[in-house]
Amino acid sequence: MIKTNKKTPKNVILSLENVSISYGTFEAVRNVFCNFKKGKITSLIGPSGCGKSTVLRSLNRMNDLIPNCSLKGTVLFDGTNIYDKRVDPVEVRRRIGMVFQQPNPFPKSIYENIAFGARINGFTGDMDELVESSLRKGALWDECKDKLNESGYSLSGGQQQRLCIARTIAIEPEIILMDEPCSALDPISTLKIEETMHELKKNYTIIIVTHNMQQALRVSDMTAFFNAVEYEDGDGGKVGYLAEFNSTKKIFSSPNEKTTQEYISGKFG
Amino acid sequence: MNSLYYQKRLSRNIGDKFFTSLSVICALIAILPLIFLVTYILYKGGSQITPELFTLEPNPPGDDLDAGGINPALIGTLIITSIASIIAIPIGVGGGIYLAEYSKGGAFSKFIRFGVNVLAGVPSIIAGVFIYALIVSTKILFGSMYSGLAGGMALSILMLPTVIKTTDEGLKLVPNELRYASLGVGASMYTTILKVTLPSAFRSIATGVVLGIARAAGETAPLIFTALFSYYYITGFGDLFYEMGSLAVLIYNFALEPYDAQNKLAWAASFILVLSILSVNIFSRILAAFNEKPKRV
Amino acid sequence: MEEKLTLFKNRKRFGIEKNIDIIFKNTALVLSSFVAIILLGIILVVFFQSFESFSRYGLKFLVTSEWNPVKDEYGAFTAIYGTLVTSFLSLLITIPLGVGTAIFITEDFVPKVFREIIGSFVELLAAIPSVVLGLWAIFVMEPFFRVFFVFLHNFFGWIPIFSTEPTGRNSLLAILILVVMLLPIVTSIARDSLNQVPKKLRNAAYGIGASRWKTIFSVILPAALSGIMAGVLLALGRAMGETMAVTMIIGNSNAFSWSLLSPGYTISSMLANQFGEADGSQVSSLFYAAFVLMTLSLVVNIFAQWLVKKFSLKY
Repeated sequence: MIKTNKKTPKNVILSLENVSISYGTFEAVRNVFCNFKKGKITSLIGPSGCGKSTVLRSLNRMNDLIPNCSLKGTVLFDGTNIYDKRVDPVEVRRRIGMVFQQPNPFPKSIYENIAFGARINGFTGDMDELVESSLRKGALWDECKDKLNESGYSLSGGQQQRLCIARTIAIEPEIILMDEPCSALDPISTLKIEETMHELKKNYTIIIVTHNMQQALRVSDMTAFFNAVEYEDGDGGKVGYLAEFNSTKKIFSSPNEKTTQEYISGKFG
Repeated sequence: MNSLYYQKRLSRNIGDKFFTSLSVICALIAILPLIFLVTYILYKGGSQITPELFTLEPNPPGDDLDAGGINPALIGTLIITSIASIIAIPIGVGGGIYLAEYSKGGAFSKFIRFGVNVLAGVPSIIAGVFIYALIVSTKILFGSMYSGLAGGMALSILMLPTVIKTTDEGLKLVPNELRYASLGVGASMYTTILKVTLPSAFRSIATGVVLGIARAAGETAPLIFTALFSYYYITGFGDLFYEMGSLAVLIYNFALEPYDAQNKLAWAASFILVLSILSVNIFSRILAAFNEKPKRV
Repeated sequence: MEEKLTLFKNRKRFGIEKNIDIIFKNTALVLSSFVAIILLGIILVVFFQSFESFSRYGLKFLVTSEWNPVKDEYGAFTAIYGTLVTSFLSLLITIPLGVGTAIFITEDFVPKVFREIIGSFVELLAAIPSVVLGLWAIFVMEPFFRVFFVFLHNFFGWIPIFSTEPTGRNSLLAILILVVMLLPIVTSIARDSLNQVPKKLRNAAYGIGASRWKTIFSVILPAALSGIMAGVLLALGRAMGETMAVTMIIGNSNAFSWSLLSPGYTISSMLANQFGEADGSQVSSLFYAAFVLMTLSLVVNIFAQWLVKKFSLKY
C-alpha cells in the first residue's frame, strides 16, 4: 500500500490538511489544519455555527449522507486520504466509529444492538462474551445484564447513550467520534459517560464535540477551538475556521488568541 | 491491517452493487407502463381526432365502416360526473366540516372516519350493484330503470370518501390561532367556518375535490348496469331518466367489438379521457409544488 | 361609552343567529352520518338481496363451479378462486417491484429531481382509468405477450398452471394488468413508510460501518415494515375488487382450470358481465357473489386500517 504522506508524525492518528467543507454553495468551514493524537481525547469547542460538528462528521465520512456536502483538502488516516476516490466509506466507518447527539439505539433488543455491529464487521468469536465486555466498557452491564432481551428503547436516555457507546466499542474501532453525546442528558448521566470516556482512553482515540466547556476541561487532553467570522464580502454569512489548537490546559489557562480567551471566559457563544 | 480502499470483490460490495442494480431495474419497470401507455394512446387515439368526432353520434357496430362520433358519450360523462359532484360535494364538505371543526376526536368522529376509510375500500362495482338494487330494479325514480341519474348516484358513492377526507384533512391544517382570532372577536362558529377556516383551506380542498372528480370521470364499473349506454344525442332534461352513454362505458363496449371502426372510436375516447385526467393531475401537482414553498406559520 | 355601544347594533346575538349556528352544526352532523348510512345501506341491501340464493345453496355456493341459469344451479367457486388467485399472484409480483422502486426513490442513487420525476410517473399511473388499461391490455399487451406465453406453455407445460395452450385472453394477462394497477399503491405507501423511518437509525447503522444495503435490509425495512404491510393489504383489497381491466382481459369463462394460460373469471368480472341481463334467481346468486366479494374486501380493508393504527406511533 502506498503511504501518501510520510511527514505525518508518529503519534498522530488522523490529520486534517487544508480542509474546507461546503453545503452546496455555502461554505461552512475553511482551511482547517489539525493533527489528532493517538490515545488522547480531543475536544472540539466553539460557538454555534462554527462548523465543529461538520468537521467531526467529515472524519468518518458521515457527511456523505448529506446531499450537496462537499469537502476540499485531505483527511489522512493510517496514511491514506479517506476522501480518495478509491476509498470505501464503509471501511472507514468500521475503523472510525461514531456516537451521535441523540441516543439512537436500533429498535431491537439490547443484546442485538451490540451484536448487530459486530456481526456486520465479521465477528466470529463468542458473541455473548463480546456483548458482556462491550457493555462493561460502556458502564452499562450492571444495569442491564438481567434484561438483555428487552428493547433498547426500554432504557433511560442516559442508558441509551451508553448503549450506543457500547455498540460502537463492540466493533473495535481505532477512533470514536462523539457528537455532543451528553447534550440530551441529565447531569448524572453526563457524569457517568465522562467516567466511561476516561476508561476508554486506554484503548481508543476519542474526538468529541461539546458545547460544555467544563466538560472539555474535565475529559480532554487536547482542545481545538473553532470560531466563525463573517465572509470578506460581508453579506452577513459566516464561515468557520480553526482558531486555536493546543493542550486543554494551555487553552483554558493561557490561550494564544484573544477570541479563545473571550470565548472560554463566556464573553460570547 | 485492512486497507481502506474500496475492494470490488468483497462480498459486501458485490451485494450492494447487486441490490442497487435491482432497485434501478424495479424503478425502470415501474415507469415503463405509463410511458408505453401514454405514447400509444397519443399515437393511436390522437390520429382519430377529427371535428366530427365531437359532434356525431356513434354508429351501431357492424352497420357501417365509419363509426361516427362520441358526442353523446362526451356529454353523458359531463352530465353523470356533474350529478355525482352535486350529490357528493355538499355531503362530503359538510361531513368533513363536522369531523374537523365540531367533533374533535370523539367516538362518533372516530367511527365516521373509520367508515370513510371502509367506504373508500368498497369495490367500485359494489356501488353499482347497490344502486341497481336500490334505484334501477325498484324503478323508484318515476318509473325509469337505467338512467344517467342512477349512474351519477353510483359515482357519487365513490366520490364521497375522497371529498370528506380532503375536507377533513384540509381543515385540520388550518392553524388554530386563526379560529381563535375569529371566535375571539365574537364571531359565531358558523361564520368562523364559512368566512375564515373554509376559505383558508379552500385551495387544498378544491384540489382534492377536482382530483376526485377526475377519478370519477374515468370510472366504468358503477355505470355499466346503472346508466348503461346510449347511442343517441342528449336533447333535453328528460333524458336524465333514460339510459345514458359515457366515455368510459363507450370504451368498454367498443373495445370488445370485433369491428375495427368501433375499436378506433374506443381509442379516440381513451385519448380524450386520459388527456383530460392527466392534465388535471399534472396541473394540481404543479399547483401543489408552488404552494409548498411558503409553509404555514 | 354608552353612546359608542349603540353603534354596535348587533352586539347582542339575535336569537336567529344562535339558531343558524345550531342548524349549521346539526346539518354538518347529519351530512357526516351519511357515510355510515350509505355503508350500512350497502351491506344490508346486498345481504338481503342475496338471501334467497343463500338459503337455497348455503355454503355449497362457495365450493361448486356450476353456473347454469337454465337449470337454476349456481356455484361461484371458479370466480372466487379466480379473484383470490389473480389478486394474490399479482401482489406477489408487485411487492418486490413496488418496494424496490420505493427504495430507489428514497435512497440517493440519483439526484432528487430525477427521483421526484420517477415518483410522479408512478403516481400518475394510478390516475389512468382502469377501462383504458383494459383497452391497452387487449390491443397491446396480449399480442406482445403471446409469444412469451407460447414459450411458457411449450417448455413448462408440465406444470399445471401452464398446462393449456394460450389462445388470447387469459388469467395471466389479468394478473399482469393488475400489477400495473397495484404498483402505484404499493410504491407510494412504501415510499411514505420508508421516509418516516427516523434519520438517526440510518446514522446509527452507518456510524458503525454498515454498508448501504445492510442498513436497508436490517434497519430501515424492518422499521418501515408495518406501513408497507398496510399498503400491501390496501392493494390486495383493491385487486380483489378491480373490475374493468380484469373483465376485459381475463376471458370470462366459468369453466374451472388450474392453468393461468386459460380464460378465467373473477367475482367482479362475473358481476360486470351478467348483472345487466340477469333475472330470476340468477340475480340473487349474483348478489350472493357480490356479498362474498364485499366481505373479502371489507375484511382486508379493516385489517389494513387496524395495522396502520397499531403501528403508526412506534417511534
